[in-house]
Amino acid sequence: MIGLEHYLTVAAALFVIGIFGLFLNRKNVIILLMSIELMLLAVNINLVAFSSYLGDLVGQVFTLFVLTVAAAEAAIGLAILVCFFRNRGTIDVEDVNVMKG
Amino acid sequence: MISADIQILMPEIVLAVYAMGALLAAVYTTKDGMAPLLTWATSGLFVLLAVWIGINGQGTNIAFGGMFVDDGFARFAKITILLSAAAVLLMSESYMQRRGLLRFEYPLLVALAVVGMMVMVSAGDLMALYMGLELQSLSLYVVAALRRDSVKSTEAGLKYFVLGALSSGLLLYGASLTYGFAGTTLFSGIIEATADGASLGLLFGLVFLLAGFAFKVSAAPFHMWTPDVYEGSPTPVTAFFATAPKVAAMALFARVVHDAFGGIVGDWQQIVAFLSVVSMFLGAIAAIGQTDIKRLMAYSSIAHMGFALMGLAAGTAFGVQAMLIYMAIYVTMNIGTFAFILGMERDGRPVTNIESLRMYSKRQPLRALAMLVLLFSLAGVPPMVGFFGKFYVLRAAYDGGLAWLAVAGVIASVIGAFYYLRIVYYMYFGEEGEALDGKMNPVLWTFLMASALIMVVGVVNLFGIEPMAAAAAATLVQ
Repeated sequence: MIGLEHYLTVAAALFVIGIFGLFLNRKNVIILLMSIELMLLAVNINLVAFSSYLGDLVGQVFTLFVLTVAAAEAAIGLAILVCFFRNRGTIDVEDVNVMKG
Repeated sequence: MISADIQILMPEIVLAVYAMGALLAAVYTTKDGMAPLLTWATSGLFVLLAVWIGINGQGTNIAFGGMFVDDGFARFAKITILLSAAAVLLMSESYMQRRGLLRFEYPLLVALAVVGMMVMVSAGDLMALYMGLELQSLSLYVVAALRRDSVKSTEAGLKYFVLGALSSGLLLYGASLTYGFAGTTLFSGIIEATADGASLGLLFGLVFLLAGFAFKVSAAPFHMWTPDVYEGSPTPVTAFFATAPKVAAMALFARVVHDAFGGIVGDWQQIVAFLSVVSMFLGAIAAIGQTDIKRLMAYSSIAHMGFALMGLAAGTAFGVQAMLIYMAIYVTMNIGTFAFILGMERDGRPVTNIESLRMYSKRQPLRALAMLVLLFSLAGVPPMVGFFGKFYVLRAAYDGGLAWLAVAGVIASVIGAFYYLRIVYYMYFGEEGEALDGKMNPVLWTFLMASALIMVVGVVNLFGIEPMAAAAAATLVQ
Protein backbone atom coordinates (compact mmCIF):
# COMPACT_ATOMS: atom_id res chain seq x y z
CA MET A 1 0.00 0.00 0.00
CA ILE A 2 1.40 3.36 -1.02
CA GLY A 3 0.80 5.90 1.75
CA LEU A 4 1.47 9.55 2.35
CA GLU A 5 5.05 9.00 3.46
CA HIS A 6 5.99 7.41 0.12
CA TYR A 7 4.84 10.48 -1.75
CA LEU A 8 6.64 12.76 0.69
CA THR A 9 9.84 10.77 0.26
CA VAL A 10 9.69 11.00 -3.53
CA ALA A 11 8.99 14.73 -3.32
CA ALA A 12 11.84 15.29 -0.87
CA ALA A 13 14.21 13.30 -3.09
CA LEU A 14 13.22 15.30 -6.18
CA PHE A 15 13.57 18.56 -4.26
CA VAL A 16 17.07 17.67 -3.08
CA ILE A 17 18.06 16.63 -6.62
CA GLY A 18 16.83 20.02 -7.80
CA ILE A 19 18.91 21.88 -5.23
CA PHE A 20 22.01 19.81 -6.01
CA GLY A 21 21.41 20.44 -9.68
CA LEU A 22 21.55 24.16 -9.01
CA PHE A 23 24.74 24.08 -7.00
CA LEU A 24 26.81 21.30 -8.56
CA ASN A 25 26.01 22.05 -12.19
CA ARG A 26 28.98 23.81 -13.81
CA LYS A 27 27.95 23.48 -17.41
CA ASN A 28 24.82 25.05 -18.75
CA VAL A 29 22.30 27.60 -17.54
CA ILE A 30 19.45 25.64 -19.15
CA ILE A 31 20.15 22.88 -16.62
CA LEU A 32 19.62 25.44 -13.87
CA LEU A 33 16.17 26.18 -15.29
CA MET A 34 15.41 22.46 -15.34
CA SER A 35 16.53 22.12 -11.73
CA ILE A 36 14.26 24.97 -10.68
CA GLU A 37 11.37 23.29 -12.46
CA LEU A 38 12.17 20.04 -10.67
CA MET A 39 12.00 21.78 -7.30
CA LEU A 40 8.63 23.32 -8.05
CA LEU A 41 7.23 20.00 -9.27
CA ALA A 42 8.45 18.28 -6.12
CA VAL A 43 6.44 20.83 -4.17
CA ASN A 44 3.42 20.05 -6.34
CA ILE A 45 3.67 16.34 -5.49
CA ASN A 46 3.80 17.32 -1.84
CA LEU A 47 0.74 19.53 -2.13
CA VAL A 48 -1.34 17.00 -4.03
CA ALA A 49 -0.37 14.19 -1.66
CA PHE A 50 -1.34 16.27 1.37
CA SER A 51 -4.52 17.38 -0.32
CA SER A 52 -5.61 13.82 -0.96
CA TYR A 53 -4.52 12.68 2.51
CA LEU A 54 -6.37 15.50 4.28
CA GLY A 55 -9.40 15.30 1.98
CA ASP A 56 -9.03 19.04 1.47
CA LEU A 57 -9.15 20.74 -1.92
CA VAL A 58 -6.99 23.74 -1.00
CA GLY A 59 -3.79 21.83 -1.79
CA GLN A 60 -4.91 21.16 -5.35
CA VAL A 61 -5.89 24.78 -5.87
CA PHE A 62 -2.44 25.75 -4.61
CA THR A 63 -0.89 23.31 -7.11
CA LEU A 64 -2.66 25.02 -9.98
CA PHE A 65 -1.33 28.38 -8.84
CA VAL A 66 2.18 26.96 -8.57
CA LEU A 67 1.97 25.48 -12.07
CA THR A 68 0.88 28.82 -13.51
CA VAL A 69 3.62 30.74 -11.74
CA ALA A 70 6.22 28.15 -12.78
CA ALA A 71 5.26 28.67 -16.42
CA ALA A 72 5.59 32.46 -16.07
CA GLU A 73 8.88 32.03 -14.27
CA ALA A 74 10.31 29.81 -17.00
CA ALA A 75 9.23 32.31 -19.65
CA ILE A 76 10.97 35.19 -17.88
CA GLY A 77 14.05 33.10 -17.15
CA LEU A 78 14.41 32.12 -20.79
CA ALA A 79 13.89 35.71 -21.91
CA ILE A 80 16.68 36.95 -19.65
CA LEU A 81 18.84 34.05 -20.79
CA VAL A 82 18.36 35.01 -24.46
CA CYS A 83 19.38 38.61 -23.67
CA PHE A 84 22.43 37.35 -21.83
CA PHE A 85 23.38 35.06 -24.70
CA ARG A 86 23.19 37.94 -27.18
CA ASN A 87 25.63 39.98 -25.12
CA ARG A 88 28.01 37.30 -23.99
CA GLY A 89 27.76 34.70 -26.74
CA THR A 90 27.70 31.78 -24.32
CA ILE A 91 25.42 30.31 -21.66
CA ASP A 92 27.99 28.31 -19.71
CA VAL A 93 27.57 28.74 -15.98
CA GLU A 94 31.30 29.38 -15.66
CA ASP A 95 31.02 32.38 -17.96
CA VAL A 96 28.42 34.13 -15.82
CA ASN A 97 31.28 35.85 -14.03
CA VAL A 98 31.71 39.43 -15.23
CA MET A 99 31.10 40.48 -11.64
CA LYS A 100 32.90 38.64 -8.89
CA GLY A 101 30.91 36.90 -6.19
CA MET B 1 -20.35 39.82 0.19
CA ILE B 2 -18.03 39.91 -2.77
CA SER B 3 -18.42 43.66 -3.26
CA ALA B 4 -17.38 44.25 0.35
CA ASP B 5 -14.27 42.13 -0.25
CA ILE B 6 -13.44 44.01 -3.41
CA GLN B 7 -13.90 47.29 -1.58
CA ILE B 8 -11.11 46.26 0.80
CA LEU B 9 -8.82 45.35 -2.10
CA MET B 10 -9.57 48.54 -4.03
CA PRO B 11 -6.08 50.13 -3.87
CA GLU B 12 -4.45 46.98 -5.27
CA ILE B 13 -7.12 46.58 -7.95
CA VAL B 14 -6.82 50.21 -9.05
CA LEU B 15 -3.05 49.88 -9.36
CA ALA B 16 -3.21 46.56 -11.23
CA VAL B 17 -5.86 47.81 -13.66
CA TYR B 18 -3.89 51.01 -14.19
CA ALA B 19 -0.72 49.03 -14.97
CA MET B 20 -2.46 46.82 -17.52
CA GLY B 21 -4.39 49.69 -19.10
CA ALA B 22 -1.28 51.84 -19.38
CA LEU B 23 0.61 48.92 -20.90
CA LEU B 24 -2.01 48.58 -23.63
CA ALA B 25 -2.20 52.33 -24.16
CA ALA B 26 1.57 52.60 -24.57
CA VAL B 27 1.82 49.62 -26.91
CA TYR B 28 -0.89 50.97 -29.22
CA THR B 29 0.39 54.56 -29.31
CA THR B 30 3.90 55.95 -29.22
CA LYS B 31 5.55 53.24 -27.09
CA ASP B 32 8.67 54.71 -25.50
CA GLY B 33 7.47 58.21 -26.32
CA MET B 34 4.99 57.80 -23.50
CA ALA B 35 7.62 56.70 -21.00
CA PRO B 36 8.24 60.07 -19.27
CA LEU B 37 4.50 60.68 -18.97
CA LEU B 38 3.92 57.19 -17.59
CA THR B 39 6.75 57.61 -15.08
CA TRP B 40 5.20 60.79 -13.71
CA ALA B 41 1.68 59.34 -13.81
CA THR B 42 2.74 56.16 -12.01
CA SER B 43 4.52 57.95 -9.22
CA GLY B 44 1.58 60.36 -8.92
CA LEU B 45 -0.75 57.39 -8.59
CA PHE B 46 1.50 55.86 -5.92
CA VAL B 47 1.29 59.04 -3.86
CA LEU B 48 -2.48 59.25 -4.33
CA LEU B 49 -2.92 55.63 -3.23
CA ALA B 50 -0.70 56.22 -0.20
CA VAL B 51 -2.85 59.20 0.79
CA TRP B 52 -5.99 57.18 0.15
CA ILE B 53 -4.81 54.27 2.28
CA GLY B 54 -3.65 56.65 5.00
CA ILE B 55 -6.94 58.57 5.21
CA ASN B 56 -9.44 55.82 4.48
CA GLY B 57 -8.01 52.86 6.33
CA GLN B 58 -9.61 52.08 9.64
CA GLY B 59 -9.61 49.03 11.86
CA THR B 60 -8.89 45.51 10.69
CA ASN B 61 -10.70 44.41 7.54
CA ILE B 62 -10.59 40.83 6.40
CA ALA B 63 -11.42 39.88 2.82
CA PHE B 64 -11.91 36.61 0.96
CA GLY B 65 -12.31 34.40 4.00
CA GLY B 66 -9.12 35.54 5.69
CA MET B 67 -6.85 35.39 2.65
CA PHE B 68 -6.35 39.14 2.62
CA VAL B 69 -5.92 41.16 5.79
CA ASP B 70 -6.01 44.94 5.75
CA ASP B 71 -4.87 46.07 9.19
CA GLY B 72 -2.82 48.90 10.63
CA PHE B 73 0.41 46.99 10.11
CA ALA B 74 -0.32 46.35 6.43
CA ARG B 75 -1.28 50.00 5.90
CA PHE B 76 1.92 51.27 7.52
CA ALA B 77 4.00 49.02 5.28
CA LYS B 78 1.96 49.89 2.17
CA ILE B 79 2.34 53.62 2.68
CA THR B 80 6.11 53.23 3.14
CA ILE B 81 6.33 51.06 0.01
CA LEU B 82 4.21 53.39 -2.15
CA LEU B 83 6.00 56.58 -1.13
CA SER B 84 9.49 55.12 -1.55
CA ALA B 85 8.60 53.63 -4.94
CA ALA B 86 7.20 57.01 -6.04
CA ALA B 87 10.40 58.75 -4.93
CA VAL B 88 12.60 56.27 -6.80
CA LEU B 89 10.55 56.64 -9.99
CA LEU B 90 10.85 60.43 -9.86
CA MET B 91 14.60 60.16 -9.34
CA SER B 92 15.10 57.72 -12.21
CA GLU B 93 13.33 59.72 -14.91
CA SER B 94 16.13 62.06 -16.02
CA TYR B 95 18.94 59.53 -15.45
CA MET B 96 17.27 56.91 -17.63
CA GLN B 97 16.10 59.44 -20.20
CA ARG B 98 19.63 60.67 -20.87
CA ARG B 99 20.95 57.14 -21.29
CA GLY B 100 18.15 55.94 -23.55
CA LEU B 101 17.00 53.50 -20.87
CA LEU B 102 13.60 54.99 -20.22
CA ARG B 103 11.32 52.43 -21.80
CA PHE B 104 7.62 52.49 -21.06
CA GLU B 105 7.83 49.06 -19.41
CA TYR B 106 9.93 50.40 -16.57
CA PRO B 107 7.30 52.38 -14.62
CA LEU B 108 4.71 49.71 -15.34
CA LEU B 109 6.90 46.85 -14.12
CA VAL B 110 7.56 48.89 -11.00
CA ALA B 111 3.80 49.36 -10.61
CA LEU B 112 3.21 45.61 -10.94
CA ALA B 113 5.99 44.88 -8.45
CA VAL B 114 4.32 47.30 -6.05
CA VAL B 115 0.99 45.49 -6.47
CA GLY B 116 2.81 42.28 -5.55
CA MET B 117 4.33 43.93 -2.50
CA MET B 118 0.97 45.27 -1.35
CA VAL B 119 -0.53 41.78 -1.60
CA MET B 120 2.47 40.34 0.27
CA VAL B 121 2.16 42.61 3.27
CA SER B 122 -1.59 41.98 3.43
CA ALA B 123 -1.41 38.22 2.94
CA GLY B 124 -3.42 36.14 5.39
CA ASP B 125 -2.87 32.87 3.61
CA LEU B 126 0.10 30.98 2.17
CA MET B 127 -1.40 31.17 -1.33
CA ALA B 128 -1.87 34.94 -1.23
CA LEU B 129 1.65 35.21 0.16
CA TYR B 130 3.10 33.16 -2.68
CA MET B 131 1.21 34.94 -5.45
CA GLY B 132 2.15 38.37 -4.12
CA LEU B 133 5.77 37.39 -3.69
CA GLU B 134 6.02 35.96 -7.20
CA LEU B 135 4.35 38.96 -8.84
CA GLN B 136 6.93 41.13 -7.10
CA SER B 137 9.90 38.87 -7.88
CA LEU B 138 9.06 38.28 -11.53
CA SER B 139 8.76 42.02 -12.14
CA LEU B 140 12.05 42.64 -10.35
CA TYR B 141 13.93 40.01 -12.40
CA VAL B 142 12.93 41.88 -15.54
CA VAL B 143 13.84 45.37 -14.31
CA ALA B 144 17.25 44.08 -13.14
CA ALA B 145 17.98 43.12 -16.76
CA LEU B 146 16.48 46.35 -18.11
CA ARG B 147 19.62 47.40 -19.95
CA ARG B 148 19.33 44.67 -22.54
CA ASP B 149 22.56 45.49 -24.37
CA SER B 150 24.81 45.36 -21.32
CA VAL B 151 26.54 42.17 -20.17
CA LYS B 152 26.52 43.35 -16.56
CA SER B 153 22.83 44.13 -16.44
CA THR B 154 21.70 40.90 -18.09
CA GLU B 155 24.09 38.94 -15.88
CA ALA B 156 22.59 40.65 -12.84
CA GLY B 157 19.12 39.69 -14.08
CA LEU B 158 20.19 36.09 -14.67
CA LYS B 159 21.81 35.73 -11.25
CA TYR B 160 18.85 37.35 -9.54
CA PHE B 161 16.49 35.08 -11.42
CA VAL B 162 18.29 31.82 -10.60
CA LEU B 163 18.80 32.59 -6.91
CA GLY B 164 15.36 34.18 -6.58
CA ALA B 165 13.74 31.10 -8.09
CA LEU B 166 15.72 28.91 -5.70
CA SER B 167 14.46 30.96 -2.76
CA SER B 168 10.89 30.77 -4.04
CA GLY B 169 11.32 27.01 -4.29
CA LEU B 170 12.53 26.76 -0.69
CA LEU B 171 9.70 28.96 0.49
CA LEU B 172 7.17 26.93 -1.43
CA TYR B 173 8.46 23.65 -0.05
CA GLY B 174 8.07 25.14 3.41
CA ALA B 175 4.55 26.26 2.52
CA SER B 176 3.62 22.76 1.35
CA LEU B 177 4.91 21.17 4.56
CA THR B 178 3.12 23.78 6.65
CA TYR B 179 -0.09 23.11 4.75
CA GLY B 180 0.23 19.37 5.18
CA PHE B 181 0.96 19.36 8.88
CA ALA B 182 -1.33 22.22 9.89
CA GLY B 183 -4.13 21.09 7.55
CA THR B 184 -4.76 24.59 6.28
CA THR B 185 -3.03 27.42 4.43
CA LEU B 186 -4.75 30.16 6.43
CA PHE B 187 -2.53 31.92 8.96
CA SER B 188 -5.41 31.95 11.43
CA GLY B 189 -5.65 28.16 11.07
CA ILE B 190 -1.90 27.62 11.38
CA ILE B 191 -1.75 29.55 14.64
CA GLU B 192 -4.53 27.34 16.02
CA ALA B 193 -2.71 24.20 14.91
CA THR B 194 0.42 25.34 16.76
CA ALA B 195 -1.47 26.33 19.93
CA ASP B 196 0.12 23.48 21.92
CA GLY B 197 3.54 23.25 20.30
CA ALA B 198 4.52 22.51 16.71
CA SER B 199 5.01 19.05 15.23
CA LEU B 200 8.32 18.17 13.60
CA GLY B 201 6.81 18.58 10.13
CA LEU B 202 5.63 22.08 10.96
CA LEU B 203 9.06 23.00 12.29
CA PHE B 204 10.60 21.86 9.01
CA GLY B 205 8.04 23.95 7.15
CA LEU B 206 8.84 26.95 9.33
CA VAL B 207 12.58 26.62 8.70
CA PHE B 208 12.13 26.43 4.92
CA LEU B 209 9.78 29.42 4.98
CA LEU B 210 12.28 31.45 6.99
CA ALA B 211 15.11 30.50 4.62
CA GLY B 212 13.00 31.73 1.71
CA PHE B 213 12.29 35.04 3.44
CA ALA B 214 15.96 35.45 4.38
CA PHE B 215 16.78 35.27 0.65
CA LYS B 216 14.21 37.94 -0.12
CA VAL B 217 15.42 40.36 2.56
CA SER B 218 19.05 39.48 1.62
CA ALA B 219 20.02 38.37 5.12
CA ALA B 220 23.26 36.41 5.45
CA PRO B 221 23.92 33.50 4.82
CA PHE B 222 21.43 33.90 1.95
CA HIS B 223 22.81 37.19 0.68
CA MET B 224 25.13 36.14 -2.16
CA TRP B 225 22.97 37.57 -4.95
CA THR B 226 22.84 41.07 -3.46
CA PRO B 227 26.26 42.61 -4.36
CA ASP B 228 26.20 41.37 -7.95
CA VAL B 229 22.61 42.39 -8.58
CA TYR B 230 23.17 45.82 -7.04
CA GLU B 231 26.31 46.38 -9.08
CA GLY B 232 25.01 45.09 -12.40
CA SER B 233 21.55 46.68 -12.49
CA PRO B 234 21.12 50.23 -13.76
CA THR B 235 21.52 52.59 -10.78
CA PRO B 236 17.84 53.71 -10.54
CA VAL B 237 16.85 50.03 -10.44
CA THR B 238 19.40 49.45 -7.68
CA ALA B 239 17.85 52.34 -5.77
CA PHE B 240 14.47 50.65 -6.15
CA PHE B 241 15.83 47.26 -4.97
CA ALA B 242 17.30 48.87 -1.89
CA THR B 243 14.03 50.43 -0.77
CA ALA B 244 10.49 49.17 -1.42
CA PRO B 245 11.11 45.39 -1.85
CA LYS B 246 13.13 45.33 1.39
CA VAL B 247 10.25 46.90 3.31
CA ALA B 248 7.77 44.49 1.75
CA ALA B 249 9.86 41.40 2.46
CA MET B 250 10.55 42.48 6.02
CA ALA B 251 6.85 43.20 6.63
CA LEU B 252 5.96 39.81 5.17
CA PHE B 253 8.55 38.18 7.43
CA ALA B 254 6.97 39.86 10.47
CA ARG B 255 3.47 38.98 9.33
CA VAL B 256 4.23 35.26 8.95
CA VAL B 257 6.19 34.81 12.16
CA HIS B 258 3.58 36.66 14.23
CA ASP B 259 0.28 35.92 12.47
CA ALA B 260 0.96 32.27 11.62
CA PHE B 261 3.66 31.20 14.08
CA GLY B 262 3.02 33.67 16.91
CA GLY B 263 2.30 30.78 19.28
CA ILE B 264 5.79 29.28 19.00
CA VAL B 265 7.98 32.36 19.37
CA GLY B 266 10.74 30.33 21.04
CA ASP B 267 11.11 28.12 17.97
CA TRP B 268 11.79 30.88 15.43
CA GLN B 269 13.43 33.39 17.71
CA GLN B 270 16.77 31.60 17.63
CA ILE B 271 16.78 31.36 13.83
CA VAL B 272 15.96 35.05 13.38
CA ALA B 273 18.58 36.04 15.96
CA PHE B 274 21.15 33.93 14.11
CA LEU B 275 20.26 35.51 10.75
CA SER B 276 20.47 38.93 12.36
CA VAL B 277 23.91 38.51 13.93
CA VAL B 278 25.45 36.91 10.83
CA SER B 279 24.03 39.63 8.55
CA MET B 280 25.26 42.46 10.74
CA PHE B 281 28.82 41.16 10.89
CA LEU B 282 29.02 40.03 7.28
CA GLY B 283 27.61 43.33 6.04
CA ALA B 284 30.04 45.30 8.19
CA ILE B 285 33.19 43.31 7.42
CA ALA B 286 32.72 42.45 3.74
CA ALA B 287 31.99 46.07 2.84
CA ILE B 288 35.41 47.26 3.97
CA GLY B 289 37.30 46.21 0.86
CA GLN B 290 34.75 47.49 -1.68
CA THR B 291 35.69 50.18 -4.19
CA ASP B 292 32.37 50.38 -6.03
CA ILE B 293 29.78 52.45 -4.20
CA LYS B 294 26.87 50.32 -5.46
CA ARG B 295 28.51 47.14 -4.12
CA LEU B 296 29.17 48.97 -0.89
CA MET B 297 25.50 49.90 -0.63
CA ALA B 298 24.65 46.22 -1.15
CA TYR B 299 26.72 45.19 1.86
CA SER B 300 25.35 48.14 3.76
CA SER B 301 21.81 46.91 3.05
CA ILE B 302 22.75 43.41 4.27
CA ALA B 303 23.97 44.91 7.56
CA HIS B 304 20.85 47.06 7.86
CA MET B 305 18.61 44.05 7.32
CA GLY B 306 20.50 42.39 10.18
CA PHE B 307 19.53 45.27 12.44
CA ALA B 308 15.90 45.21 11.33
CA LEU B 309 15.80 41.44 11.98
CA MET B 310 17.12 42.14 15.46
CA GLY B 311 13.89 43.97 16.24
CA LEU B 312 11.93 41.03 14.89
CA ALA B 313 13.99 38.53 16.88
CA ALA B 314 12.76 40.13 20.11
CA GLY B 315 9.38 38.56 19.34
CA THR B 316 7.42 41.35 21.01
CA ALA B 317 5.09 44.12 19.84
CA PHE B 318 7.81 46.61 20.70
CA GLY B 319 10.21 44.62 18.51
CA VAL B 320 7.85 44.90 15.54
CA GLN B 321 7.44 48.62 16.23
CA ALA B 322 11.24 49.04 16.32
CA MET B 323 11.53 47.09 13.04
CA LEU B 324 8.94 49.31 11.34
CA ILE B 325 10.63 52.50 12.53
CA TYR B 326 14.00 51.14 11.44
CA MET B 327 12.72 50.28 7.97
CA ALA B 328 11.07 53.68 7.50
CA ILE B 329 14.29 55.47 8.47
CA TYR B 330 16.41 53.09 6.36
CA VAL B 331 14.31 53.78 3.28
CA THR B 332 14.53 57.55 3.77
CA MET B 333 18.31 57.42 4.15
CA ASN B 334 18.70 55.19 1.12
CA ILE B 335 16.63 57.45 -1.11
CA GLY B 336 18.92 60.36 -0.25
CA THR B 337 22.08 58.31 -0.69
CA PHE B 338 20.97 56.98 -4.06
CA ALA B 339 19.99 60.49 -5.17
CA PHE B 340 23.63 61.35 -4.53
CA ILE B 341 24.92 58.24 -6.35
CA LEU B 342 22.65 58.93 -9.34
CA GLY B 343 24.18 62.39 -9.54
CA MET B 344 27.76 61.08 -9.66
CA GLU B 345 28.97 61.43 -13.22
CA ARG B 346 31.97 62.53 -15.20
CA ASP B 347 31.51 63.95 -18.72
CA GLY B 348 27.90 62.82 -18.58
CA ARG B 349 28.74 59.18 -17.85
CA PRO B 350 27.87 57.51 -14.58
CA VAL B 351 30.73 56.86 -12.15
CA THR B 352 30.44 54.50 -9.23
CA ASN B 353 34.03 54.34 -8.01
CA ILE B 354 34.42 55.63 -4.46
CA GLU B 355 37.83 57.13 -5.23
CA SER B 356 36.25 59.49 -7.74
CA LEU B 357 34.88 61.40 -4.74
CA ARG B 358 38.33 62.65 -3.69
CA MET B 359 38.09 66.21 -2.33
CA TYR B 360 34.47 66.43 -3.40
CA SER B 361 33.78 68.89 -0.59
CA LYS B 362 35.98 71.54 -2.16
CA ARG B 363 33.92 71.77 -5.32
CA GLN B 364 30.46 70.92 -3.98
CA PRO B 365 30.42 71.83 -0.29
CA LEU B 366 26.65 71.64 0.12
CA ARG B 367 26.21 68.27 -1.56
CA ALA B 368 29.20 66.85 0.28
CA LEU B 369 27.69 68.04 3.55
CA ALA B 370 24.33 66.42 2.75
CA MET B 371 26.09 63.14 1.91
CA LEU B 372 28.10 63.42 5.11
CA VAL B 373 24.89 63.70 7.14
CA LEU B 374 23.40 60.70 5.33
CA LEU B 375 26.52 58.58 5.81
CA PHE B 376 26.68 59.45 9.51
CA SER B 377 23.03 58.53 9.74
CA LEU B 378 23.61 55.21 7.94
CA ALA B 379 26.46 54.49 10.34
CA GLY B 380 24.23 55.36 13.30
CA VAL B 381 26.25 58.25 14.68
CA PRO B 382 24.25 59.76 17.58
CA PRO B 383 22.73 63.09 16.63
CA MET B 384 21.29 61.75 13.36
CA VAL B 385 17.97 59.95 12.93
CA GLY B 386 19.73 56.72 11.91
CA PHE B 387 20.97 56.42 15.47
CA PHE B 388 17.39 56.34 16.78
CA GLY B 389 16.53 53.50 14.43
CA LYS B 390 19.43 51.49 15.82
CA PHE B 391 18.57 52.55 19.36
CA TYR B 392 15.01 51.22 19.04
CA VAL B 393 16.04 47.79 17.75
CA LEU B 394 18.80 47.46 20.33
CA ARG B 395 16.36 48.29 23.10
CA ALA B 396 13.81 45.85 21.68
CA ALA B 397 16.42 43.08 21.64
CA TYR B 398 17.53 43.92 25.18
CA ASP B 399 13.96 44.01 26.50
CA GLY B 400 13.22 40.75 24.70
CA GLY B 401 15.95 39.01 26.70
CA LEU B 402 18.51 38.96 23.89
CA ALA B 403 21.17 41.10 25.54
CA TRP B 404 23.96 39.22 23.70
CA LEU B 405 22.37 40.15 20.40
CA ALA B 406 22.23 43.82 21.37
CA VAL B 407 25.93 43.75 22.34
CA ALA B 408 26.81 42.07 19.03
CA GLY B 409 24.78 44.75 17.26
CA VAL B 410 26.76 47.55 18.89
CA ILE B 411 30.06 45.92 17.93
CA ALA B 412 28.93 45.34 14.33
CA SER B 413 27.74 48.92 14.06
CA VAL B 414 31.16 50.20 15.20
CA ILE B 415 32.91 48.04 12.59
CA GLY B 416 30.41 49.17 9.97
CA ALA B 417 31.04 52.83 10.74
CA PHE B 418 34.53 52.41 9.25
CA TYR B 419 33.46 52.11 5.64
CA TYR B 420 30.95 54.93 5.82
CA LEU B 421 33.62 57.16 7.32
CA ARG B 422 36.03 56.14 4.58
CA ILE B 423 33.75 57.80 2.02
CA VAL B 424 33.65 60.89 4.22
CA TYR B 425 37.44 60.78 4.35
CA TYR B 426 37.67 60.74 0.56
CA MET B 427 35.24 63.64 0.28
CA TYR B 428 36.97 65.89 2.81
CA PHE B 429 40.62 64.89 2.97
CA GLY B 430 43.21 63.23 0.78
CA GLU B 431 44.55 64.26 -2.58
CA GLU B 432 42.80 66.01 -5.38
CA GLY B 433 41.57 63.66 -8.12
CA GLU B 434 39.87 64.00 -11.47
CA ALA B 435 36.78 66.13 -10.94
CA LEU B 436 33.22 64.91 -11.25
CA ASP B 437 30.68 66.94 -13.18
CA GLY B 438 29.33 69.85 -11.19
CA LYS B 439 25.76 69.84 -12.44
CA MET B 440 23.07 67.84 -10.71
CA ASN B 441 19.51 67.33 -11.78
CA PRO B 442 17.19 69.52 -9.61
CA VAL B 443 14.95 66.55 -8.75
CA LEU B 444 17.92 64.56 -7.44
CA TRP B 445 19.22 67.62 -5.61
CA THR B 446 15.84 68.10 -3.91
CA PHE B 447 15.65 64.48 -2.79
CA LEU B 448 19.23 64.53 -1.51
CA MET B 449 18.72 67.71 0.48
CA ALA B 450 15.27 66.70 1.77
CA SER B 451 16.56 63.34 2.93
CA ALA B 452 19.58 64.91 4.65
CA LEU B 453 17.35 67.52 6.27
CA ILE B 454 15.01 64.81 7.57
CA MET B 455 18.01 63.06 9.13
CA VAL B 456 18.78 66.21 11.14
CA VAL B 457 15.33 67.70 11.82
CA GLY B 458 13.70 64.34 12.51
CA VAL B 459 15.65 64.10 15.74
CA VAL B 460 12.96 66.24 17.39
CA ASN B 461 10.15 63.71 17.24
CA LEU B 462 10.87 61.43 14.24
CA PHE B 463 7.94 63.20 12.50
CA GLY B 464 5.50 61.39 14.76
CA ILE B 465 6.32 58.04 13.21
CA GLU B 466 6.76 56.37 16.59
CA PRO B 467 3.09 56.27 17.71
CA MET B 468 2.05 55.25 14.18
CA ALA B 469 4.48 52.32 14.21
CA ALA B 470 3.32 51.41 17.72
CA ALA B 471 -0.31 51.31 16.58
CA ALA B 472 0.68 49.27 13.53
CA ALA B 473 2.66 46.78 15.61
CA ALA B 474 -0.22 46.46 18.09
CA THR B 475 -2.54 45.22 15.32
CA LEU B 476 -0.06 42.50 14.37
CA VAL B 477 1.01 41.17 17.76
CA GLN B 478 -1.86 40.40 20.10
